[in-house]
Amino acid sequence: MNPAAVLTSVAILGGVGLTFGTLIALAHRKLKVWEDPRVDAVTDLLPGVNCGACGFAGCRAFAEAAVGGDMVPAECTVLGRMEVEEVAAFLGVDAGEATKRVARLLCAGGSDVAGPRAHYHGIESCAAAVAVGGGGKACAWGCVGLADCVVACTFDAMVMNGVDLPVVDPDKCTACNDCVEACPLDLFELMPLEQKLIVQCKSLLQGEAATAACSVACDACGRCAVDAAPALIEMRSGLAVIDYTKNELADPSAGARCPTGAIVWVEGAQFAIDAMAPREAFARRPEMAGSEVA
Amino acid sequence: MRDRLSFRHGVHPPERKELTAGAPIRRMPFPEEIVLPLRQHTGKPARLLAKPGDRVERGDKVAESDGFVSVPIHASAAGTVKDIGWWPHPDGSMAEAVRITVDRFSPQIPRPRIIPRWEGLTPDQVVQAVQRAGVVGLGGGAFPTHVKLLPPEGVAVDTLIVNGAECEPYLTTDHRIMVEYPERVHFGIRVMMHTLGVGRAIIGVEKNKPDAIEALRETLPDDLNVGVQGLTVKYPQGYEKMLIEALTGREVPSGKLPMHIGVVVQNVGSIACIAEVFETGLPLIERVVTVTGPGVRRPSNLIVPVGSKLRELLEFCGGLRKDATEIVFGGPMMGASQPDLDAPIIKGTTGVVVLTEKESRRRRTYPCIRCGSCLDACPVFVNPSLLGLLAQAGRFEEMEEANLADCMLCGCCSYVCPSNIPLSQMFALAKAGAKRRKQQAA
Repeated sequence: MNPAAVLTSVAILGGVGLTFGTLIALAHRKLKVWEDPRVDAVTDLLPGVNCGACGFAGCRAFAEAAVGGDMVPAECTVLGRMEVEEVAAFLGVDAGEATKRVARLLCAGGSDVAGPRAHYHGIESCAAAVAVGGGGKACAWGCVGLADCVVACTFDAMVMNGVDLPVVDPDKCTACNDCVEACPLDLFELMPLEQKLIVQCKSLLQGEAATAACSVACDACGRCAVDAAPALIEMRSGLAVIDYTKNELADPSAGARCPTGAIVWVEGAQFAIDAMAPREAFARRPEMAGSEVA
Repeated sequence: MRDRLSFRHGVHPPERKELTAGAPIRRMPFPEEIVLPLRQHTGKPARLLAKPGDRVERGDKVAESDGFVSVPIHASAAGTVKDIGWWPHPDGSMAEAVRITVDRFSPQIPRPRIIPRWEGLTPDQVVQAVQRAGVVGLGGGAFPTHVKLLPPEGVAVDTLIVNGAECEPYLTTDHRIMVEYPERVHFGIRVMMHTLGVGRAIIGVEKNKPDAIEALRETLPDDLNVGVQGLTVKYPQGYEKMLIEALTGREVPSGKLPMHIGVVVQNVGSIACIAEVFETGLPLIERVVTVTGPGVRRPSNLIVPVGSKLRELLEFCGGLRKDATEIVFGGPMMGASQPDLDAPIIKGTTGVVVLTEKESRRRRTYPCIRCGSCLDACPVFVNPSLLGLLAQAGRFEEMEEANLADCMLCGCCSYVCPSNIPLSQMFALAKAGAKRRKQQAA
């Protein structure tokens, strides 16, 4: 072995490394883009799930907007109130107010009330069932019940209950839109919590045809439209449609004469988690203590 | 010509055509009520014309074509429009439909009409007459036929291929049409050749229908260049791209139409229907449907008014056997399972197959073992194994890059998969998702 050759190669490699290292160091100095250090700090304070509920591509994009003053910290729907205050205090801005929105299912047709029409055998997914002719329920507009939304939910805010309906926990729901995109029948809608009067049906059938398929369907009788404040509810192609711009006029009496129970006044979660296993799982969680899932 | 006419890949499912292959076509009596969904064809649904309470004669228009890729819908029996509303559609959804209470005492004679004389018509006028008659592809796709008769500028068509392959197991609709009405098929071909201005027509028939080949050969016209070719019995021989490859050796490039390589393919049923338009002036208001399968008591080939309910057909065929479990519109390979007995027969319904537990049994799905059986079966040379794995991972955009669009959901991959993976359903799901995304983007 030739020691000179070893030394030469070490010297050449070392020299090359040193030269490029110096160049990189110089380039780093010269071409450096200044970035507000607060963006990194705020990103660290944010939840980091990149859910997109705020309308930005991810948490970092939201942080940039918050630092730039375009968004108030409260617009992050995932953070709790304490954490929002923390971000606001760090940035020295007002925490702001944001309307709490949650995903609402526009169908109440659980397997106990919506009759079956056929047995579905195939991939256990709503989208797959809908692609080959619908699930087993008699109503073609109703929830298929194969839990695509629960799978899609980033925040574990949903469970399927004993009658195959997804129950959204309003405390955990961040209105991130995942379930809205997952549902092949477009049954989810993001609604502010104060919109409490909800028509839980999308069936365009009317009268007995509607109730034959599902006993809680809107059969378009029009009683709610008569009982409610003027122009709050309108009957449109077989469904009662609520004009939420007049939401302050809404009250529970609108649904009092509904023969099927399609129009409801919702406080908290929409459906009961009557299956035993999920309810116990909820109760055991410390963060759920004190909050009631109706 | 090569002596074994076929395409590469494909599968050999049991044919099961013996149930109805020898059964002459019978006419089903008019039902009490017919239901005509506005969405019966590929393209834009028809625009409603009828109002509840209207009296309609057999052959009257109840809905008008809405655009070029759309056809009108005609009443298939005389009666009164009862209602216009939602009704179960054979695709499993609900669709707007016109319900007509059939007049029990009507002689069901259509209004006197002008029969178009095809010889004197320009191609454009023939296309219009075909559109007015509401003719769509009767092989199952229900693509408006007149659109295929009008090649766009710069596309030269030299060959008309008549699809009599009927590769789906059980179905004998086209088979019986070829055996019983060969002259009508030839007359339809004459009109089509005149319209398209092509000098050559080939009728492709799978070799398991020797009586159809013979009937067509015996009635061949002397003055036209029409040939009848027997094809190897293999599924999906009746898919138009496979048929073109078998008969002409040409391959339709991915994303292109048969027109782009100079070929137009029409199903024999559609051809016979066009012939009827120019023979009697009647629009497409009835079609031949095979009602078959081990779950039905009297398998038959029937002429059925479009809009008859599935229930009526089954009743006419003696009802279901005790062990019937699943009813499929179309063949068992590509057909759609029916969740509702009130679903009507529409223009694209080729057959009703009633399966029993033995055929429809669901097998347990195992993981993919990468055996490659699906690759050897896929007639369009995509990689079903890869697509299936992508679908399971929910990577639908990547599936589109892996040529999902070439897949026509023939079901060969699901058929051969030793792990019983429902590949074809996964692709249907991915295609539906792609369509939905496109709509949302628009």
